[in-house]
Amino acid sequence: MADIATTEPRSTEPLPMAPPARIGDGLFKWMTLLMAASVAALIVIVGWQLWKGSQLAVHKFGFGFLASSTWNPVREDFGALPFIFGTLVSSLIALIIAVPLSIATAVYLTELAPPRLRQPIVSIIEMLAAVPSVIFGLWGIFVMIPWLRGHLFPWLEKFFGFLPVFRGPIYGVSMLAAGIIIAIMILPIITSVSREILRSVPDLQREAAYGLGATRWEVTRIAVLSYAKRGLCGAVILGLGRALGETMAVTMVIGNRPEIAASLLAPGYTLASVIANEFTEATSDMYLSALFEIGLVLLGVTILTNILAQLLIASMGGPRSSRAVQ
Amino acid sequence: MTMQVGLAYHRWRKFKSLIMSVVSFVCALLVIAPLGLVLFYLIKAGANAVNWNFFTQLPKSVGESGGGMANAIVGTLVLLGLASVIGVPIGVLGGVYLCEYGSDKANWWIRFGADILNGVPSIVWGIVAYALVVIPMKGFSAFAGGVALGFMMIPLIMRTTEEVLLLVPNGYREAALALGISRWRVIVRIVMKTAFKGIITGVLLAAARIAGETAPLLFTAFGNRYWTHNLANPISALPLQIFTYAISPYDDWHRQAWAGALVLILMVLVINVGVRFLTRERLSETGR
Repeated sequence: MADIATTEPRSTEPLPMAPPARIGDGLFKWMTLLMAASVAALIVIVGWQLWKGSQLAVHKFGFGFLASSTWNPVREDFGALPFIFGTLVSSLIALIIAVPLSIATAVYLTELAPPRLRQPIVSIIEMLAAVPSVIFGLWGIFVMIPWLRGHLFPWLEKFFGFLPVFRGPIYGVSMLAAGIIIAIMILPIITSVSREILRSVPDLQREAAYGLGATRWEVTRIAVLSYAKRGLCGAVILGLGRALGETMAVTMVIGNRPEIAASLLAPGYTLASVIANEFTEATSDMYLSALFEIGLVLLGVTILTNILAQLLIASMGGPRSSRAVQ
Repeated sequence: MTMQVGLAYHRWRKFKSLIMSVVSFVCALLVIAPLGLVLFYLIKAGANAVNWNFFTQLPKSVGESGGGMANAIVGTLVLLGLASVIGVPIGVLGGVYLCEYGSDKANWWIRFGADILNGVPSIVWGIVAYALVVIPMKGFSAFAGGVALGFMMIPLIMRTTEEVLLLVPNGYREAALALGISRWRVIVRIVMKTAFKGIITGVLLAAARIAGETAPLLFTAFGNRYWTHNLANPISALPLQIFTYAISPYDDWHRQAWAGALVLILMVLVINVGVRFLTRERLSETGR
């Protein structure tokens, strides 16, 4: 009591720090707001710069740019169709390989795996996500491509050669090789987002199904997977977004030939890899502008897929994507 | 009769369940197999080529064997430093806003924007940095590479910072505010200090992520076979050098590419594993 009595008079004196701190408060708040708003600014900057850089090509080629399949830097005649085709086909192959594997792994990790195994497997998948693209490319060139050329592709041609997609000369570098390497690279993101989605399925769902006498697989199929359908679609589309923009590894294994071939064993080219390969060689303004426009197409497609994915994942009420993979 | 059918069906359902368990287990193995395969070949092909010279010498010209990637290793560190100058303040302070000030609606939009930025292909960041820095400066430069990588860091750091700040108990803020300390001081001195380890973790993870990026550097940092002391000059980076060597036709360069890849992946994985180890400790301390 005595203490309080002695300190009381002192506390009535104004604190010298108070006024500047108020200014500091406002300043700090506005500074952080400015930094947070930089996200919006960055989106505008990215879009604007690509838009500005591509105007020359947009005006010359119009919408024909997206439908033409000539790519002739010498005559300055540019069309993006082979690259759009290559990007879509290689991403599609990647999804066909990666989606069943990742969702099954997510199911294993949330529903079936013994608790002791879960964390180690999750850590390994996180490490796989951390491997740089260029290292997958290096591994692709010197390990995967020779194996594909020597074993898988001849086998595919022998047994499935009646299909036009598995016919033709074998180079090794090919659309299929690109699809496989992209698949490896999008496995971690689809798996970890799917896992978060499955974890957000309420246990009540599972208990109800078990209560009806369902087996483990039936519980997973009826109570978990069908409940999580939309979120899983989001995870897959998020993976697609990554697949579309994948650059280095693809550039190193796809063969970089601007042609639309029926065979998956033939070389192809993608939007991202044509930019990577030819940007520094673009000598004329029109050439550079065409590459900017390809970047703009790539940006548009990836942003749209990402928005769709985020909305689907958010509609599950589950955690957001980047939170799941960090 | 119906009893038997029922029993047989029950067995079949049990069997199907078992089969699906096995299938999903095999899928999990297939998902983690690539990491093992990549690491195996990296160590097999890279271990022989990594030696003292690799860390201390410049690349040799074609035909001469030996040489190293000293300039590329330093270049990667320089680029990471430049990227951090842009990415760390913007990312951390943006994360502070999300956690401490933002309304739910504003936060939803900012997070949404950050997630969209995370999804922008890395090659596109290269084009943006080319337009913003290379064209006005009339040449490839370390600055341009730093800008491209720095932009990529912003959304990554913003999200992790927000997450770790949210872990700081509200009682800390309330206790400090009750003492009459102004809000910004509470945030800087108490909240950010408590979450310091977590913020650093987020920064390191973002650095590990961009350290391996090649695509944004192709036409910004461009690469350089020599030392450079001027940030307005092209600079080499480990991933760029690996790419150049990997697609070259020379065996000796291929060996160097494997060595570079081994060093790069060790850098990235050591940061990743070390950081996760630290975070786990921190989380268990706070009772999560």
